[in-house]
Amino acid sequence: MADYDIPEDRRYSAEDEWARLEEERVSVGITDYAQQQLGDIVFVELPAVGTTVEKGEPFGVIESVKAVSDLYAPVSGQVVEVNTDLTEHPEHVNEDCYGDGWMLTIAVEDTAEYESLLDASAYRRHVAERKG
Amino acid sequence: MTEPKRTPLYETHRRLGARMVEFAGFAMPVHYTSILEEHSAVRERAGLFDVSHMGQIYLSGPGALAATERLLTCPVASLPQGAVRYGLLCNESGGVVDDVTVYRLGEQALFLCVNAANLEKDHHWILAHADGAEVEDRSPALGLLALQGPASQLILERASGLALGPLKRFRFVEASVAETPALLSRTGYTGSDGFEIYVESPRTPRVFETLLAVGERLGLQPCGLGARDTLRLEAALPLYGHELDDTTSPLEARLDRFVKLTQGGFLGCEAIAKRKAQGHPRLLVGFTLEERGIARSGHVLTHGGTAVGVVTSGGPSPSLGISIGLGYVPPSLAIVGTPLSVVIRERSVAARVVETPFVKASGPRRS
Repeated sequence: MADYDIPEDRRYSAEDEWARLEEERVSVGITDYAQQQLGDIVFVELPAVGTTVEKGEPFGVIESVKAVSDLYAPVSGQVVEVNTDLTEHPEHVNEDCYGDGWMLTIAVEDTAEYESLLDASAYRRHVAERKG
Repeated sequence: MTEPKRTPLYETHRRLGARMVEFAGFAMPVHYTSILEEHSAVRERAGLFDVSHMGQIYLSGPGALAATERLLTCPVASLPQGAVRYGLLCNESGGVVDDVTVYRLGEQALFLCVNAANLEKDHHWILAHADGAEVEDRSPALGLLALQGPASQLILERASGLALGPLKRFRFVEASVAETPALLSRTGYTGSDGFEIYVESPRTPRVFETLLAVGERLGLQPCGLGARDTLRLEAALPLYGHELDDTTSPLEARLDRFVKLTQGGFLGCEAIAKRKAQGHPRLLVGFTLEERGIARSGHVLTHGGTAVGVVTSGGPSPSLGISIGLGYVPPSLAIVGTPLSVVIRERSVAARVVETPFVKASGPRRS
């Protein structure tokens, strides 16, 4: 079976987004497990800078060759940066989901929501439970 | 829910690390590595698909030819032994029961290769309309592989020891592959040259693995249903349940050349002719998107701000690098160059009616 990269330096949502906190800003993307499940990513639709996103609510859409999936915000806040490279290069999500495949940076009011996300080991268990 | 059925290659797929999905009641590989990679393998080199989920219904006995001629929209009596033809089974209202290929094995021996999802329906339909013929569903006993792509001929020649240059498109021949009797048919569902290979179920894994081994150095890759769908869409080949169903006339789907309307004498003939005379309310078109986005089955098509139709299949074209789709629109709009919009998540994305197939792959001429 495939192995999944789950870095220790960030947190995770049960919906398979990662979040990384740096000075009251949280960058967001999807996990290695998610990109492997989706397969070839061919389209990413992201909100505009300035949009407010709500924890657990869809903020965008990701499309693989076969399927359309919603992207869920792991934390609430205002979008301050969007990875516009993904418009031309959605494949970056497959190639480097924790780096070039990042999606958004969200400015957060406080870090409580971030702290409540799964840590790497909890997320690893969450993935293992679904592998079957 | 019942457990999905397994093809003879189920264990092989697992071992090759395929991602499995349920399709038409079968556990099938959607991809082994990546749909895009498998798609280009077929267009550039070769791909090997397990399509053992498809059904085979045999007709034999003194009435077999007449029954098949009556069941199918395409001419059957004129089909020589060793030839295959694409045709449709139609109901009395002119709708499509299934789209199939018919193989002429002998004077009174034929078989139909049918869609997995329609096997039971087809079997009942054929039993009810095949007086004078013996009908046998041999699907469980048969495995089916599709070897597709420009390198297919060379790979199959090496595996069978047969020169396949003389085997024209839509012809078949009996041969031996990996010490296994096989029916090699120069047909496929990708728009590229290739073969469909019928073998007895228990021998299917052996033939599959032999072909993979022989083809490895020529860039052959195992391919799943994901690439099968992107390939057939580029070739604008209809998929039952999307472009075709029990209510759609084959003429609406632009399958006129597979319907013997002037000859007549087949089920659904009168209704198809009547619907044609009345004028079809909609026709199938191919379109490309002119802006970013991906059309999907079910999306609404608009023209001048008014809803005019529905997308039946859509997706990215890996060969062209653009989004393509098929859908039904009124005949007045079914003209190449007509601007349309696809409504994707409440946003209108510009599209245009284009010629199909979207991708014309090279291959040997049809005889």
